[in-house]
Amino acid sequence: MNIERLELLKSKLQQFEAEYSDTNGSPGFYIDKDSVIDACRVIKNDLGFRSCVDAISVDRFSKKLRFEMIYNLVSIEHNERIFVKVRLDTKSPAMQSLSQVWDSANWYEREAYDLMGINFENHPDLRRMYMPEAYEYHPLRKDFPLMGIPDSIPLPNK
Amino acid sequence: MGLEDKLSKDGFVTAKIDELIRYCQKNALWPMPMGISCCAIEMMAAAGPRFDISRFGSEVFRFSPRQSDVMIVAGTTTYKMAQVVRKIYDQMPDPKWVIAMGACTSSGGMYRTYSVVQGIDLFLPVDVYVAGCPPRPDNLLKALMTLQDKIASGDRKPFSIN
Ligand code: SF4
Repeated sequence: MNIERLELLKSKLQQFEAEYSDTNGSPGFYIDKDSVIDACRVIKNDLGFRSCVDAISVDRFSKKLRFEMIYNLVSIEHNERIFVKVRLDTKSPAMQSLSQVWDSANWYEREAYDLMGINFENHPDLRRMYMPEAYEYHPLRKDFPLMGIPDSIPLPNK
Repeated sequence: MGLEDKLSKDGFVTAKIDELIRYCQKNALWPMPMGISCCAIEMMAAAGPRFDISRFGSEVFRFSPRQSDVMIVAGTTTYKMAQVVRKIYDQMPDPKWVIAMGACTSSGGMYRTYSVVQGIDLFLPVDVYVAGCPPRPDNLLKALMTLQDKIASGDRKPFSIN
């Protein structure tokens, strides 16, 4: 990404108190979870990042702000990629769903909800993606045992 | 002495009805291809011209469980999929048999994890297990021959269905 675009990005996101963090050579921005929706509208409409190609959930296993959502945003017209990162609470991680901005975030967030237990407010269809609907746990959390909770998923009778 | 000799000489053959039925069953085992993941590729290869499963009377892969005799479960069975596999198995008419193809199906294989059933024999009666990841088509054919021997010997399932 060239310097002018980066400066433009930084100045546009300044009002949301975005914290710059380099992500393997691509710009990343930590944004507070209360202002992330407004910031993302700016990123999409004013800066041209029209596609959300991936969303990643991270379990840092720390006492405070244990979870993190990372959105991978691409601008095809400028050939650029940035990451928007949101830190989330340890107890009940929740944030506004970014599918209100990018429709494609819908299924990524469902996956994060299923496997990491992050709640997305105003999500159009927050159902589990992989695990059975009645399942109570979130298997990709670091405190989840590898072999799962015995008898938590019913098998058909033999 | 061949069947034709006997027929042309005597004009009839005598047989036990059980054996006659088993003879018919074992030589026309129609498979239900329960191809769940990568093992299914080898199952398809077994059905192709190179390995030619029709030499054993099993070329009629039916995609309806109601027309099948043997279910070839080929692939990693997750807990969620287990419900589906069992439902399809329940729709097959008796008598029916199951081949567990591959390491995943037989024991969970390399997927020692929360989402994969550690062997489909936890919810299905299995007749033949096939080792390998994936097993070669020859192995599947060998399993089919083993199953034919099992049917011919009149070996009953260890437990009844339902
Ligand atoms: S046994 Fe190997 S080839 Fe077969 S389904 Fe499992 S991983 Fe795939």
